[in-house]
This record gives sequence, C-alpha cells and structure tokens, in this order.
Amino acid sequence: MAAIDIAGVSTVYPNGVRAVDDLDLAVADGELFALLGPSGCGKTTLLRTIAGLEQASAGTVGIGALDVTRLPPGDRRVAMVFQDYALFPHMTVAENIAYPLRVRRASKAAQRDAAERMSGDLSLTGLLDRRPGQLSGGQQQRTALARAVAADADVLLLDEPLSNLDARLRLEARTFLKRLQRELALTTVFVTHDQAEALALADRIAVMDAGRIRQLGTPREVFQRPADMFVANFIGSTPMNLLPGTVVDGQVEFAGTRLPASGVPGEVTVGIRPEYLRIAPDGVLSGRVSIVENLGVTSLVTLDCGVPVGVVVPEHEEPAVGDELRVSPAPGRVLLYGEDGRLR
Amino acid sequence: MTGFVLRRIGFYVVITVVLAFFAVPMLWLASAPFDARPGLGIRWPDWTLSNVRTTFEHPFALTSLVNSLILCAAATVVTTVLAALAAYSLSRVRIPGRDVLLYLLLLLSSVVTGTAAMVPIFVLMLQLGLINSQLGTALVIGGGMLPAAIFILKDFMDSVPRSYEESARVFGARPRQVLGHVVLPVARPGIATIVVWAFVNAWGNFLLPFLLLRDVGKQPAAVLLRTLNDEGGSANLHVIPVFSLLYSIPVVLLYLMVSKRYGFRFHGGIKS
Repeated sequence: MAAIDIAGVSTVYPNGVRAVDDLDLAVADGELFALLGPSGCGKTTLLRTIAGLEQASAGTVGIGALDVTRLPPGDRRVAMVFQDYALFPHMTVAENIAYPLRVRRASKAAQRDAAERMSGDLSLTGLLDRRPGQLSGGQQQRTALARAVAADADVLLLDEPLSNLDARLRLEARTFLKRLQRELALTTVFVTHDQAEALALADRIAVMDAGRIRQLGTPREVFQRPADMFVANFIGSTPMNLLPGTVVDGQVEFAGTRLPASGVPGEVTVGIRPEYLRIAPDGVLSGRVSIVENLGVTSLVTLDCGVPVGVVVPEHEEPAVGDELRVSPAPGRVLLYGEDGRLR
Repeated sequence: MTGFVLRRIGFYVVITVVLAFFAVPMLWLASAPFDARPGLGIRWPDWTLSNVRTTFEHPFALTSLVNSLILCAAATVVTTVLAALAAYSLSRVRIPGRDVLLYLLLLLSSVVTGTAAMVPIFVLMLQLGLINSQLGTALVIGGGMLPAAIFILKDFMDSVPRSYEESARVFGARPRQVLGHVVLPVARPGIATIVVWAFVNAWGNFLLPFLLLRDVGKQPAAVLLRTLNDEGGSANLHVIPVFSLLYSIPVVLLYLMVSKRYGFRFHGGIKS
C-alpha cells in the first residue's frame, strides 16, 4: 500500500516529443485513479513513467516513502497489466499467474499455491492448466489481473484495461474490477480514453491533454463543472452545448435569450449539458425540433434556437420533429467559459 | 479439342521428365546399397548385405560420419547461440543504420562465399594455428552462416511483442531472466528453424572442411565421400551407396523431429 507522488515530471522521447510536460500529481493510498484523455495526450507515457518503463527526463516519482525516479521497474513494487495483457503464450495460466514469484525464486509449491489462491479470487478455477490462447478475452484479462495481484505490489497500474473486451463484457469487467480494487484496497492507476469508463470506475480523474493535466477531480466534479472547454467537450456521452454569448449588465445573452449572470461584461461561451435541460412551458430557450435521436430510455433532441441546442428528454416526453419546444436549464448548471476557454 | 489434348499430353510429359529427374537418384539410393553388383544406373537389385559389411569395415567411413556429427553440432551451436543473441539485440536496440547493416551483411555473405574467400580463410586459419582443428573449422562454417541466421532470426525476434518483456521486467525479471523465461521460449519456432537450417548447411558443406582439415581421420563424411575409390582409382560402388544412405539419415531424422515438434514453418524472413 502506498501513495504515488509525482512532482514536476517531464518525459521526453528520444525523437524530441514531450509526452509528459512538467506534471504534478498525487494519488492517495488505496485510491482508484483514472488518467483520461484522447490518444496521444501522454496518459500512457505517464503510466509507463510511474512503472519505470520510461525514464523521467525531469522531476521525481515517489511511491510510498521511496523516491523511485532512478529505480528499474522491478524494484518499484509496482504491478502492471498491459493493454494486450502480455500473457506469456508458452506458459499455462498457473505459470503465468505465478510468474512474479518465479522471478523471485519462490518454491514450486508456493507458486502453485499462489496460482490456486488467485484463480479462486478471480474466477479462473479449472482454467489453471490451459494456455492463454485457449482463454476468452475476459478470462485473459482476469489472468493478467491475477498475475499483477500475485506480484504483491504496492501499486497496480492498468493500461486501457477494458479496451480489448467487447461491449457487454466490458460492463461486467468494469464492475468486477471496481469490486476487486475495493477488496484489495490497492492504490490503482488506470489509463483510459473512454470517459464513461473513467466516470464509472474512478475515485478521482485526471483529464489530460498535450502532456498536461487539464482538470483533476472526482467524476462528479469533472462532469458537473468541467474546468475548461476541452474537458467540457471530452466528458459526457452526449456532447455539451457550447453556445456563443455575451455578458452585459449582470445578464448573459445567448441563443436568443437572457439569463442572470454575474461577472465582467464580455464575450463568453455558455456551456449547458443536454442532460441539464428540461422541457418547461415557461422555458427560457425556445426552438423548433430538428432531429430526434433515440438513446434508449432517453432521446437526444436537437432544437434549432438560432444555434443548434441538444436536449436529453425522457422517453415519455419525446417530441416530434417540427414541434415548437421550450426548455429551461437546471438551476446552477449553466457554465460560462471566458475567451481563454477557462471556466469563469 | 485436339489442341487441348495435345497440351495436356505435353504437360504430363514435362511433369514426368521433371519427376524422373528427382526420383532416379532416390531410387538409386534405395536399391544400390543392397545390390550385389551395384552400378550407376537403377535396376532391380540382387539382394545382399555384403555392401553394408564392406562399408562398416572401411577404415574411415564410420569415423567420418562421427566427425560430421561433431563438426555440424559445433557449427550449429555456434550459429544458433550467436545468431539468437545478435538477432535479439538488433531487434531491440535502436542503432542508426541498423537495417543497412543487416542487408549489407547478408549481401556480402552471399556474394563473398566460401569459394571467393577460400585463400584468405586458409591463410587466416594457418596463422591462427587452426588448420586440422575440427573446432576451428566449425567456427569458420558457423561464421559463414551467421549473417543469414541473424537475418532470419531477427524477424522472429521482431514478432515477440515488447509488452511481454516489459511485463516480465515490471515483475522484477533481470535481463537474463527476460531472455530465458520469455524471449527465447516465444521465439522457439524460429530457433528450431535455424537449428535445422544450420545443421543441414554444415552437413552438406564440402569446401571448408576439405580446405581446413588435412588429416583424413578428422574429415567429415562430405569430404570423405570424394575419396571413396577402389584400388583401381575408380569410384568404389560397394561402399558409396551404403555410405550415401547413412549420410542422408541424420538430416532426415532432424527434419522429422523438428517437424513433429513445431510443424515445419519456414516463414522466417517473411512477415506473416
């Protein structure tokens, strides 16, 4: 068990690409932490820097009380699950799970013991003598997890743990992963490009872009109050409405309407999540329905209010295309972004 | 219609001739060793085992086969071990001009064959005092095979995912453990390919042992075969057929063994 402390870390590749740029981050002991961002944002490099597979060009990485910046991966007490799981194809499941013990020259009996214990915990019983090639995707993922847990490390690192599973299995694996992490209370950092996965799993999320952290917070904070327009765009399964507006006289004008707003006058972008808009007879925004997309229990309705505005409506309120509709934002859910893209 | 028939007939005639070209030596190898009056043609033999006895009584026949085994085993070990290590390094370490180096090595080694380098190799070995040394000869044969072996094995090593090694390293494996536990076992089919290829090449190598091993008691089968004459100086057909048969057995055995274990896949050098 250990906290992770990253201070001023930069990781520069030999070709000059600055994948991680002067980054500070503290992950608490026992936390389930997500590094979220689009591909190429440096999240995997940061994970590999924590693991020691990439060398930090500047700054320090601490795990527990130990400064591990210059230590090789094997001495950092970290365990890692790779995106392709990296199960050794020539070893059985049992040999794979017990591999961390084999490296430390534990006895054969201890190795078998560990494999059996892990297989019980991760529902792999009866598969111990198979080869990885004979397992399903979910079983492979659990084998990789079992091997990482068997390493008895202080920190567990997961690189896109769910991305190689098909959609239905992914939900199951997500629940499984969260339960496992709670039971082990193991400090866990995982990398994902899927915002839904990060929101569902993590205790805290760092949203990354271009080697820096754009926002750090709980899933709720990141979802409700994105710190800038990049995060606002990235988080949420339906894209946030970002409407051009102007602040004048304690009011903000946008999409043909006005709402009370504090702050200095000037150009702003008004951010409202489609989920936080609801149909109301006295709604402040009005427009004609141009598109209706069925999302299952809800529908995403696009209103033409001069600019397109997305609204998520429950299935029993679904309007027809061409209807006039009035909607209102939920109180406290209208966000104003300044010209620099930051939350005002 | 007749055009079609004629084409078919022509096709089969060509196939038969080609087939005969390969089949006749095989048939000779099957019949001549057991023929009381062996010749250079094929015919139904007058069955006898006296040729086998004559061959076994030949002063150098069996020794030369043992020499062959020693020589080829040594050359194969040298080639495989060095090629595996070199291919792994070349596959993993980024050095400028790596691919150029590899292609140059391969090109030079196929242009500058044993024949072209005969004199310098002889002088080199003479000055090293390695003339008449089986180990020295094995080193030269192994050295000649190395570039191609490295080239083939590097492709196999490239196909071992890096994440396997990184995974092992995170669990604390030292470089030697990474190599022994993960890389070599995963690249095993490639290594088996190289073992067979190197052994067969060394087994059939005539020129280098002929050049470097002057003592007939140290010469391998491929060299001895040339000197199997009778008193009159013509080819000794009572010894050569049996000897040839014995000479071909180890290669066939090796092939069968590896083929059974790995299923023979000569896909080295080609990315699948």
